[in-house]
Amino acid sequence: MSWLGVFSQLLALVTALLLAPLLTGWINQCRALLQNKSAPGLLQPYRMLHKLFNKESVMAEHASPLYRTAPYLIFSCMLLACAIVPTLSTDLPLSPAADAIALVGLFALARVFLSLAAMDVGTAFGSLGARREMLVGFLAEPALLMVLFCASMITRSTSLTTMVETLAHRELAIYPSLLLAGVAFVMVSLAENARVPVDNPDTHLELTMIHEALILEYSARHLALLEWAASLKLFAYSCIGLALFFPWGVADANAPLVLLLALPVLVIKLAIGGVVLALIETLSAKMRIFRVPEFLGTAFLVAVIGLLVNVLLGAG
Amino acid sequence: MTSFNHPATWVHLDWVLVVVVAWLLIGVFGVFALRRFRLVAIVLFPLGAFFSVLLLGVALSAVFSDPETAILPLGLPQLPFHLRLDSLSAFFLILIGGVSAGVSTFAAGYFRQGEGTPPGLICLEYHVFLASIAMLVLADDAYVFMVTWETMAFSSFFLVLANHRIPEIRNAGYLYMLIAHIGALGILLCFGLLQANTGDYTFANMRAQHLTPFWGSVAFCLAVFGFGAKAGLLPLHIWLPEAHPAAPSPFSALMSGVMLKIALYGLLRVTFDLLQEHIWWWGVLLMGVGLITALFGVVFSTVQVEMKRLLAYSSIENIGLMCAGLGLSLLFLAYDMKALSALALTASLYHMLAHAFFKSLLFCSTGAVMHATGERSLGKLGGLMRYMPWVAWPTLIGVLACAGLPPFGGFVAEWLLLQSFLFTTGLPSSFLDMLVPVMAALIALIAALSGYTMVKYFGVIFLGQPREESLAHAHDAGLWERLGMLWLVLGSVVLGLFPNQVIALLDPATKLLVGAGLAHTVADNGWLLVPVSVERASYAPAIFLLGVLASFGLAYLLVRKLYHGRLRRVPPWDCGYPWQTPRMQDTAEGFGQPIRQIFEPFFRIKRQLPTAFDPQPSYKVALEDPLWYGLYLPVARLVERVSKIVGLLQQGRISVYLMYSFVTLIVVLLVVKR
Repeated sequence: MSWLGVFSQLLALVTALLLAPLLTGWINQCRALLQNKSAPGLLQPYRMLHKLFNKESVMAEHASPLYRTAPYLIFSCMLLACAIVPTLSTDLPLSPAADAIALVGLFALARVFLSLAAMDVGTAFGSLGARREMLVGFLAEPALLMVLFCASMITRSTSLTTMVETLAHRELAIYPSLLLAGVAFVMVSLAENARVPVDNPDTHLELTMIHEALILEYSARHLALLEWAASLKLFAYSCIGLALFFPWGVADANAPLVLLLALPVLVIKLAIGGVVLALIETLSAKMRIFRVPEFLGTAFLVAVIGLLVNVLLGAG
Repeated sequence: MTSFNHPATWVHLDWVLVVVVAWLLIGVFGVFALRRFRLVAIVLFPLGAFFSVLLLGVALSAVFSDPETAILPLGLPQLPFHLRLDSLSAFFLILIGGVSAGVSTFAAGYFRQGEGTPPGLICLEYHVFLASIAMLVLADDAYVFMVTWETMAFSSFFLVLANHRIPEIRNAGYLYMLIAHIGALGILLCFGLLQANTGDYTFANMRAQHLTPFWGSVAFCLAVFGFGAKAGLLPLHIWLPEAHPAAPSPFSALMSGVMLKIALYGLLRVTFDLLQEHIWWWGVLLMGVGLITALFGVVFSTVQVEMKRLLAYSSIENIGLMCAGLGLSLLFLAYDMKALSALALTASLYHMLAHAFFKSLLFCSTGAVMHATGERSLGKLGGLMRYMPWVAWPTLIGVLACAGLPPFGGFVAEWLLLQSFLFTTGLPSSFLDMLVPVMAALIALIAALSGYTMVKYFGVIFLGQPREESLAHAHDAGLWERLGMLWLVLGSVVLGLFPNQVIALLDPATKLLVGAGLAHTVADNGWLLVPVSVERASYAPAIFLLGVLASFGLAYLLVRKLYHGRLRRVPPWDCGYPWQTPRMQDTAEGFGQPIRQIFEPFFRIKRQLPTAFDPQPSYKVALEDPLWYGLYLPVARLVERVSKIVGLLQQGRISVYLMYSFVTLIVVLLVVKR
């Protein structure tokens, strides 16, 4: 561990915390533009967070301590996830503590707590949301793991930093397995981040919502933390995708000066990613909840096929 | 054998025997205090727990010492008990001691008066059970092994029947006994093959025999069948979801936590230790059976509506995963890839230890909930977190561990298992190379589904609003119960946070079985768990937890510092709907419904739909095990038909039997000519 490592770790954390709401704002803006609506300001998510933090929290009278601690816990899980994903640099001291499998475990931990918290108040919507969230989760989680495994088969490592370093330094070639993994990854990220076609972040119509049903009872600072955590999750997913499939521009321990360049590169990559996401969301329709298992099952199978292609072609 | 002269000269084996004798004495003492409930609860069970801790301590130090052997002048003439304490036995003694310490403590507060079998008798059966499994792992000949195996089966049978006045429990006990004995037959035949006609049933002799591939394979299949029946591998799992709910909760905890692992111990001993040559398809068979079992178990577990059945199916799932790990290890061993074999075996052993702790904890929690509410159906519980925090919080740890979430014990096991599945390229056959990633995908799916199950389990019991009025009077667990559960929580947390230290304990056992271990790579890396090399994969649960806690604390402080901590308690909002009742929450059926829909071909579904003219319309759905109808009932019918034919011969008249003897004699005289 070097001082530079500590610095890049802290930089990655601060970047994640600050950029995540901006990314959400950017996607909302793109979407509004694509849908011929007048867009909210780019900084709207920050204003929202500030407003929510200022408010007094209103909580159900029989909510248990689990309900109160869950937002902090989910927030810290997502923060840790952002800390171990190589966003700017692969020289991250925290990264050896958790590899790709642990990252998936981290997302699962947050999901379980979110679902439990939603069930805690004991309203109809909460348990409905919890059930749907776990439904999405149990298919998305193995699919994500398979996507990561495709990359680890190529790089022969499950450590995220090693994976990104190896992928960045290989010669430019199209790996069929990575291509399949990429398709699966996009599908999984849509589901995991409560995006159209799986869920709609705008809706409050009970028949269609998943994520909104989970956080329905939350208010003020707890809600703010959950919203921020959702942004961080989107940020983490985007960064995983960028790091695996477009790993160029991430600094490593041997070339620390790239760190200066890494931030602008990341912002540009994220901006393009945001436009793509907004485009996907605008072009597709929300699907029925019982089509979601099929959708995610497809993602899972595509990723497994990617894994098999990798073994078949021996692209090591 | 060392002499029992002076305690200072005793070796580990002597101390283990002391614990065994102490348990037997406690049991016998229980018989004399048959109805003196307080004596049994406050003195005998805690005393048993004390000896469990002693066993744990002895086993922890025995892991690192050389094998010790002894010959006890017990048993039949010419057939003394051969005992041997090696690192594999010591590992399982750790498991037995560690889990039973917690469960015995819990049991001290659990057994009440007026529940079926008198407490003194339960005390006898319980401690005989513990003594028999401790002796079982020491067995060094087939004779001791079978005697203790049967003692274990019988004592557990009586414990399952503790509430024998309920007909379902009697049926469950019968089924359990039946399958246990079919399995025991398999084991007996397996030992018969292993001694290869030498007539010497000591394990040392069996190790010296080299069976032909054919007979080796037969012995292996018999072992998988026999031990699989006890472990709950498909299709011999059918007794498990019946017997686990029937037994009193502390004993369900021991059955699931310890007894299933003892079955795997037998499998390990026979396949890795006694059989000398290994064939590659054994590993594939074990992996396949394991994964099918695991998938079946987890899918059934998500749709259960009774809490102990849910946990029983979840145990089937975990046993399946452990078998998959063992199968992979066997596959590597067959190709002489020792390092990878050690990794897979370590994953499996780790899973056994972790599962022993968290599943016992969960079964204990169901016991506490059943005592407090008198309900075992998930549909009638809810909101217990407010009334029973001392049960709810430990259960939460158990649930997280069982769902395989970091930073608890279950995750480390799953992590190691996935690592061993992931880096398998380089197997000589490309078919196997393809097979292994598919299996990794299945494991990931199973692990994620178990998360679903556990959210359902915890959420429906402890969260939400109470579904029945009477739940408001639920009382929290007593002191002994709390202590027992906290011990098991401690185990789960230690297993989660200190994987390197635990792997150091497993290492002698893996070295013994496959000739390689992980300790040297693991020990070089301090806090990081590194199975192969740092570049490949690493995981540090302690740092992981520290990271989560630090950002938790920081977020909390910053929110308080920069903003405020004001809070107002109001009735729940629920989109502004004021007529909310506890009935509107998801039921256990409702929560499992998506899984039922997705995995419909797995189940045999009996639906009863209301018609438009029903005065009181009702909807009923029952999910049944297709194997029961597809396999067990046909076999039972066949047995019945055959026995009817045999029955024709048995008329019950002595003259007929005399005629049989006469005819037999004539036939023998005709056939056997000099």
